[in-house]
Amino acid sequence: MHAGPGYLPLADYAAIGDCRSVALVGHNGSIDWLCWPHYSSAAVFAGLLDARTGGAFAVRPAGEFQATRRYRGDTAVLETIFETETGRVRLTDAMAVAPDAEGADVPQPSRELLRRVEGIDGAVDVAVSYRPRPGFARRPFDLTRRGACGWACTSGDELFLLRSDIPLSRSGDGLAGSVRVARGEQLWLSLSYTSRDIGIVPLLGDAAQRRLDATQTWWEAWSRQCRYDGPYRAAVVRSLVTLKMLASSLTGAVVAAPTASLPEAVGGSRNWDYRFCWLRDASLTLRAFLATGCRAEAESYLEWLLHATRLTWPTLNVLYDVHGRTDLTERTLDHLDGWRGSRPVRVGNGAHGQLQLDVYGEVIRAALDFADAGGRLDRATKRLLAGFGRSVCGLWREPDCGIWEVRTRPRQFTFSKVMCWVALDSLLRLHERDPLPMPAGRVREVRDGIEQVIETRGFDARLGSYVSTLDGDDVDASLLLMPLLGYRPADDLRMRGTLHLVLDRLGSGALVRRYGRNFDGFAEPEGAFAACGFWATDVLARTGDTGAARRRFEALLALANDVGLYGEEHDADTGEILGNFPQAFTHVALIHAALSLSGAGTVRRSETSHAA
Amino acid sequence: MLRDFGILGVVGDTLLWSLIATAALTVILQGSQNMGLSRLSIPFLVGTVFTGNRDRAVLVGFVVYTIGGWLFAIGYHLVFLSVGWATWWLGALLGLLHAAVLLVSVLPVLPHIHPRMASEYAGPTVLRRLEPPGFLGLNYGRETPICTVASHVVFGAILGAFAGAG
Repeated sequence: MHAGPGYLPLADYAAIGDCRSVALVGHNGSIDWLCWPHYSSAAVFAGLLDARTGGAFAVRPAGEFQATRRYRGDTAVLETIFETETGRVRLTDAMAVAPDAEGADVPQPSRELLRRVEGIDGAVDVAVSYRPRPGFARRPFDLTRRGACGWACTSGDELFLLRSDIPLSRSGDGLAGSVRVARGEQLWLSLSYTSRDIGIVPLLGDAAQRRLDATQTWWEAWSRQCRYDGPYRAAVVRSLVTLKMLASSLTGAVVAAPTASLPEAVGGSRNWDYRFCWLRDASLTLRAFLATGCRAEAESYLEWLLHATRLTWPTLNVLYDVHGRTDLTERTLDHLDGWRGSRPVRVGNGAHGQLQLDVYGEVIRAALDFADAGGRLDRATKRLLAGFGRSVCGLWREPDCGIWEVRTRPRQFTFSKVMCWVALDSLLRLHERDPLPMPAGRVREVRDGIEQVIETRGFDARLGSYVSTLDGDDVDASLLLMPLLGYRPADDLRMRGTLHLVLDRLGSGALVRRYGRNFDGFAEPEGAFAACGFWATDVLARTGDTGAARRRFEALLALANDVGLYGEEHDADTGEILGNFPQAFTHVALIHAALSLSGAGTVRRSETSHAA
Repeated sequence: MLRDFGILGVVGDTLLWSLIATAALTVILQGSQNMGLSRLSIPFLVGTVFTGNRDRAVLVGFVVYTIGGWLFAIGYHLVFLSVGWATWWLGALLGLLHAAVLLVSVLPVLPHIHPRMASEYAGPTVLRRLEPPGFLGLNYGRETPICTVASHVVFGAILGAFAGAG
């Protein structure tokens, strides 16, 4: 077991992507994670989960170096500058997103990773190490020289074609090479992918430069559409660019993260595959897009939500893959050691079979937000939503696994009831402006009944706070979402009491744990869920305590990595990033907190139909 | 024995059966591609002679490829007429020969004659980017020769069986 050496901290990674797949590039120039052709495909580089056998593609100085890096403007093009004793070189990494950069009459590979090495000053010996391991390092492959066309790694029906200006030769079961890069010199590497089709051999040199420039231009044009002009704009735009990387251009779905099995505690076993789309994230993600001017992404996402869920209508699954598939059976990859020995390594996700009542509220609320922003819902969509409403009316009394997907026995989670209320309330609001095929009176009656249960059994008068489960006395951070979702205004006494108790029991500096020990059936500790700190910021900003909200927000900003990315969690003591990375839900939470700080995200009491 | 058709009947039947044989060949080759056995797509290779747009290339390729199937079927039929008899296995043998010529002679020289195919010697150029097939088309997958032979043997067997029927 390799439980330390060879593994970078997660904060040392930056993401590059083409809106279909994402690669993680280490501070040391090593691409240690890449799943092609889609986010949830098998990895060809999984060094992140097994430094010894997982595979990686490294370009870096041969000797000692210091590295600094940044994204080029508001794009997903990454620049790493390596400083050595003999000089400096710049490594630029991107995944090509502009297929017609060289004219429409030239076929392009279906995926391409571009890497450019430039000498800035002096002369630096640069080394390349290429160790492809298709199929999570389990599938056999051939690595053969194709003359001037480069090196072909073939495995089954897949072709990974590497072209390089740096001469490469066999080294073990991979390739290696090195070259001295002088000031002004530019060298290119291109890794392209084709499956079940004849491959395309990309050009290097000027043509590669045009593809890189076109990719940069594409991202710049996309990020210019962002309408957010409030405080912390750079962090918001970086979050949006990250969300765009995680939003499938093929379907509109947004995956939770591009990685699998990164642990929630070093050496722990809470290692899940997040390369799927959680309905839990739907409403807040869609609203983040709408509030920042990314209307096309919001529309695509809602279309995907409504289309994908037809397969399971009128019930909803917890998660789907980007194509709407629900067969996401969880299995372990026992041949991989896991990041820093965190085992087991899991792919697929067992949560797909759980009952989570909150997802109904998420989907219906997303439709309401879309309609609020001027979108039109057709007749089929209205029928679909009414069907989900029927499901809520029939299911809301059931115990479920809740927003945190606990793997213990199902419970009566207060937040799940709140989301059932949100589902029916959103339906009624939609019905008021444009009738839905549903018995509104019955829906109203059930909604009010749910509210009564929440206010009597989901609120503990002794604690002055809402509680995690009906008649319980625990709290969890999901309760902080009530104002954002329109159930209770943040300045309501009950909500203030809840914020106070959550911060008191679960707070750790600016961070907030999602729940207490043993809540999810795992005895081992975990980090603080990064989104929860932003939810607390959101509630503080909505109560008008802007100073406290700003201080918390800025403390949380300091926990991002050097290029502004967040994972799922932070170690509460050290701030170290943990869990799958980068995490869409955290970036969505950051955007909402910033919107609330700017005043744009405040849901005023009059905007909710709930009488506080 | 060959059936005694009038010339119009021969042409009509040949066109019909060559279309059926071409369809069978296409099903096997495309099926092999979709099942991940081989990345060879003859329609794509043919289509990219005319256009670099992937979608248009596949469409154009299918049309040209179907016409090519008919022309090859006429060639098969001429052989049957020449020898004066036809059976499914003679057709299959011709299909085997056809596949061998394709794999051993045509595919390896394709980089020199296809306007959009790169060469392992010269590398890609602005226009020539398609992955070359290599000997026996093995660059497109280990099973490429088997799939190619199987599809052409079936193609020939259908034509031979048709021509020898009656």
